[in-house]
Amino acid sequence: MSNLFQVIGNFSLAVISELGRMGWFLINSFTTIFRNPCRPVFILKQLSFLGAKSLFVIFLTAGFTGMVLGLQGYYTLTKFGSEGMLGTAVALSLIRELGPVLTALMVTGRAGSAITAEIGIMRITEQIDALETMALDPYKYLITPKLIAAMIALPLLCAIFDVVGIYGGWLVGVKLLGVNPGAYFYEMEKAVVWRDVSSGMIKSFSFGIIIAWISCYKGYYAGHGAEGVSKATTESVVLTSVLILVWDYFLTSVLL
Amino acid sequence: MIKLTNLHKAFGSQKVLDGLNITIPAGEITAIIGPSGEGKSVMLKHMIGLLQPDSGQVEVEGESILGISRSRLNTIREKFGMLFQNAALFDSMNVFENVAFPLQEKTKLSNDEIHQRVISALEDVGLKNVEQKYTDQLSGGMKKRVALARALLLNPKIILFDEPTTGLDPIIKKAIHQLIKETHQKFGFTAVIVSHEIPDIFDIAQNVAMLYHGKLLQFGTAEEILNSENPVTRQFISGSLDGPIQML
Repeated sequence: MSNLFQVIGNFSLAVISELGRMGWFLINSFTTIFRNPCRPVFILKQLSFLGAKSLFVIFLTAGFTGMVLGLQGYYTLTKFGSEGMLGTAVALSLIRELGPVLTALMVTGRAGSAITAEIGIMRITEQIDALETMALDPYKYLITPKLIAAMIALPLLCAIFDVVGIYGGWLVGVKLLGVNPGAYFYEMEKAVVWRDVSSGMIKSFSFGIIIAWISCYKGYYAGHGAEGVSKATTESVVLTSVLILVWDYFLTSVLL
Repeated sequence: MIKLTNLHKAFGSQKVLDGLNITIPAGEITAIIGPSGEGKSVMLKHMIGLLQPDSGQVEVEGESILGISRSRLNTIREKFGMLFQNAALFDSMNVFENVAFPLQEKTKLSNDEIHQRVISALEDVGLKNVEQKYTDQLSGGMKKRVALARALLLNPKIILFDEPTTGLDPIIKKAIHQLIKETHQKFGFTAVIVSHEIPDIFDIAQNVAMLYHGKLLQFGTAEEILNSENPVTRQFISGSLDGPIQML
């Protein structure tokens, strides 16, 4: 019995210690932005990697998500004779919910895993130690530029996702299924308010922080060898995705 | 001067340093020798604050580097240069960018001055026309020499070398030992060299420390250690299979 308590105690201590380290990592990443500002060129590089290079996958995902919403929405709305509301249904689903969440999940899969692998390899090959021995802050060179870039890129990618998704829904609803094009956009314009857009942007912004935080943290504390980096990468993608969905629920309940 | 006092460090259940006491004299070359896995590299990483001991004290020029602020630690680290066992070059940068990086970040030199200093530092370690190559296009020896050029560039007061010549051919090995000796004579830095190059290392080191079972077994001049009567030191220097050091 005492063994069981010991196991539970050790597990709880390990979890608390890990959470503390993660929290400290995030605080350090933010304070470095003000304490030790990094060069704009580092941020631009990360913006290109996180943002511009994610565009193709965002276009593809957004287009097909909008098209599926168009199909499903049409099927449901025709039951009530309200297919004219298709534009509203597609737009609100995308802007409030699917846009931010799917953008974040796509960026996690494409860039978050790469960030963890990159920093993890730098850790196991002592490149981070080399930075420290030169009295250079690894947060300034490796973490902060990614954090700032993610906070900028995610809302922009989400906005692109929303627009492409709306046109995906329009393609299926209007061009293939014959919904009135005027009704598609007019109803959308009437229903969508600034609060819907801003809540999507707030979500995207916070998802950007989660992606950079977890991806960098897992890489920074990667274990030994190739196996350590591989484990860190898997953990990073899983944890980031789960956190995005959990945080999305809490934010939705607050922002509704 | 670097002073380690009663240093203990374990990784899980594996004790690596077990009450290590050592004082590295300022302005001299001190070689650290000992069987593999006895904590030589771990000791080096404690000296520059890359690892925190479980207990004990680490002092650099009379100041403890444990429990101090990050900015203070960075100020102390500015006195150091370090050559890592696996070179630790930034693999996203080419050779020029790797060597220029500390100059760009720590000095206000113009691009032309940085260019000149980098080329000259690379020539000092016997490298020419490699500036645009990436680290995966270099041999192990070339990587070590690039890392050496990077470590020497800011003229640090203390340089830590973690096996600077392991895996190099005999001629390059000799050239690097010669380079360390000459730059030491020129700049008078404190050097700590972890090395398995016996007996070559005795030619350049003024002091030699023998580590065994996480403790300092012997410390003396190169000549004293070479003529040591201690059976562990004797076996290690001679490379004999018979003696107190067991392989398994």
